[in-house]
Amino acid sequence: MKYLCVVYTEEAKLAALPDKEFEQLDADSLAYDKEMREAGYFLAAQALQSVQTATTLRVRKNKLSATDGPFAETKEQLCGFVLIQAKDLNEAIRVASKIPSARVGSVEVRPVRELERKERWDKRG
Amino acid sequence: MTEERDTISEKVEEIYRTESRRILATLIRLLGDFDLAEEALQNAFAAAVSSWPRDGLPENPRAWLVSVGRFKAVDVLRRRARFDAVQSELAKMLETTTEQGVEAPSLEDDRLRLIFVCCHPALPPDAQIALTLREVCGLTTEEIARAYLTTATTVAQRIVRAKSKIRDAKIPYEVPFSSELAERLEMVLHVIYLIFNEGYSASSGDKLTRGELTQEAIRLTRLLIELLPQPDSEATGLLALMLLHESRSATRMSAQGEVVLLEQQDRSQWNREQIAEGVGLVRKALAARNVGPYTLQAAIAALHAEAPNSNATAWNEIVGFYDLLQKIEPSAVVELNRAVAVAMRDGDAEGLRLIDELFAKGELKSYSFAHAGRAELCRRLGKNGEARKSYERALELMEQEPERRFIQQRLQGLGDKGS
Repeated sequence: MKYLCVVYTEEAKLAALPDKEFEQLDADSLAYDKEMREAGYFLAAQALQSVQTATTLRVRKNKLSATDGPFAETKEQLCGFVLIQAKDLNEAIRVASKIPSARVGSVEVRPVRELERKERWDKRG
Repeated sequence: MTEERDTISEKVEEIYRTESRRILATLIRLLGDFDLAEEALQNAFAAAVSSWPRDGLPENPRAWLVSVGRFKAVDVLRRRARFDAVQSELAKMLETTTEQGVEAPSLEDDRLRLIFVCCHPALPPDAQIALTLREVCGLTTEEIARAYLTTATTVAQRIVRAKSKIRDAKIPYEVPFSSELAERLEMVLHVIYLIFNEGYSASSGDKLTRGELTQEAIRLTRLLIELLPQPDSEATGLLALMLLHESRSATRMSAQGEVVLLEQQDRSQWNREQIAEGVGLVRKALAARNVGPYTLQAAIAALHAEAPNSNATAWNEIVGFYDLLQKIEPSAVVELNRAVAVAMRDGDAEGLRLIDELFAKGELKSYSFAHAGRAELCRRLGKNGEARKSYERALELMEQEPERRFIQQRLQGLGDKGS
């Protein structure tokens, strides 16, 4: 089963980190990607540029509107993601809890809905 | 023959009462689906009712029920499979699984697995409680709703959502790894304690049902202790704590439904059997390497339970245990309780000084018992004006009727004039 680990941090806090710590976080993240890859969990991972660089699109009645900024203003901002392969949620939590940015932000673990397998979306949620 | 039939149907009922949760736990593991397992359980018992009077009691009724339940589930899946290819795969997979697993040595663990699934931190707390009471304790949604003063629909909805999350996010049916066991066990104990407290502190709603909640919490902890691969001192401490609280349940309220303070309770009515068991468990838990908050609270409750009256209580030891508790789990409520114990040991003025210090730090301003405690100390010290102010503040914050009545009586007892 695939799980997307969505990483959120307060960008202001991230920006306030001393250069050394910021660089260390990057280095730790790369090292953990490698560790996950070797253990067979890793599918993909990327860090993102700041939300200031985001553009949000909507297509309504075939008409495109593009606006500056993220889709929602939140206290913590989306700053990266890791897509992993795990046997179940406990394994996913075990792997995701060691994502280095969990130390400064939050990691949301979401199971992937496989469209090819026609997995249903639970509307009750 | 009719007589025999009667005994067999009694036997089925008895097995349902004592074994159905255990069988359900195993079926959930084998089938990997809560609802399918529930249905299989009902079908298995229906089959027992019709075939046991004819064929006699099987040698191992539980294994018989698990095995029949599994076959019935395969039937259900096969019927559904006509419409759905995925279900067909599932049915085939279940059919080809051999009998092993039905009577595997880990059978006992199934209930433990179930407890850890129901108390999984990925589920919302109210759903953890509802799911535990429904699946592990076997309470109906109506019973749970009555105990929590909500509707059966709400409870059913919480349970349905929790089951969907278990399925969709794939929460596994397993006892956590030993490296994670301590942390996860702490969460299970927390859920059990929430269930107990709901039953213990409730003064509105259906009292009988709420009393059952404390019983269920105690039963659940006993089960947990029995099933854990290694003894856990905090599970022991929690069981002790609940038994010691429960031992006083007959005296906490008067026949008229009024609150009776610990000092005034009729100690001859306390349940000595529960106290003896609780005290024994506290000793055992205190001997562990890591003493946790439940054990310390139980130790305090044990000192109260063993004292012949309020004055002869070992207040010095109680203050000592609060100091330890404050060290491992600091909170303003612990400090408040400690202040009350200090008042008993060193005099009301000293207790009042500590409570006022807490308020000065900005703590506990909206906690009714802090104001009621302060009022009580002021009253004893003859500071009626101060007492009145604090009782009035406590009253504004209280919601439970018997407690409100208690405070109102205290206010009346102060007379009309403040000082």
